[in-house]
Amino acid sequence: MSYVYAAAASAILITMLLAMGRAIVGPTTYDRILALNAFGTKTVLLIAVMGYLFGRPEWLDLALVYGLCNFVGTLAVLRFSKYGSLANDVTLPPDAEDHA
Amino acid sequence: MTLELVLQCIGAVFLLGGSFFCIVGGIGLVRLPTFYTRCHAAGVTDSAGAAGVLVGLAFVSTPLVAFKLVTVLAFVWLTSVASTHALVKAAHARGVRVMNTPRLDWTIPPPAPDDGEVDPSTPPSDLGPHLSGEEA
Repeated sequence: MSYVYAAAASAILITMLLAMGRAIVGPTTYDRILALNAFGTKTVLLIAVMGYLFGRPEWLDLALVYGLCNFVGTLAVLRFSKYGSLANDVTLPPDAEDHA
Repeated sequence: MTLELVLQCIGAVFLLGGSFFCIVGGIGLVRLPTFYTRCHAAGVTDSAGAAGVLVGLAFVSTPLVAFKLVTVLAFVWLTSVASTHALVKAAHARGVRVMNTPRLDWTIPPPAPDDGEVDPSTPPSDLGPHLSGEEA
């Protein structure tokens, strides 16, 4: 059974490498965010499979916490890239730096 | 003993299926041509890949750990759908185009007239025409 765990961990690692390649070459910011989100989900799966591979299934709690952080981080980056600010919905005018 | 072996076989089949979908989604994430198709590939890895791996692990677990795995799976399903929706909505609002169509949704305000017309037969750039110069 440990061979199956190792095969699944290898497949997830290959997928993480592919997502990292898309994050590096991605032409738009949204491609990079998408690759980052997929990378985080694959990290959750990798932590779960590695826990079984090393005989410690309690690493699942770490996987759950990592999934939470990944979701919040993705939404934060999206909000920042959409509104230009994390605090309010109003996009600052271009000359706002002059008054600051 | 025999039941344990059967459960291990079922779990191995689920794990290898989930690994297959993970790799397919990763290849699609690299090779598909536009942003929205790449979102589809990432969705495959988030739904089918995560489901296969986590359900496969749940078949070889004690009931408490299986419950944790199902919790992780439910969380991944909810959050991946939500974050992909937010991502596509943000990209669409900022003018990332769909394949060769210059503008699909006319609720977005049109670009400034000096940006020029886009020939639909030209290969797409990933940014919209009205974003190519103004984001610098």
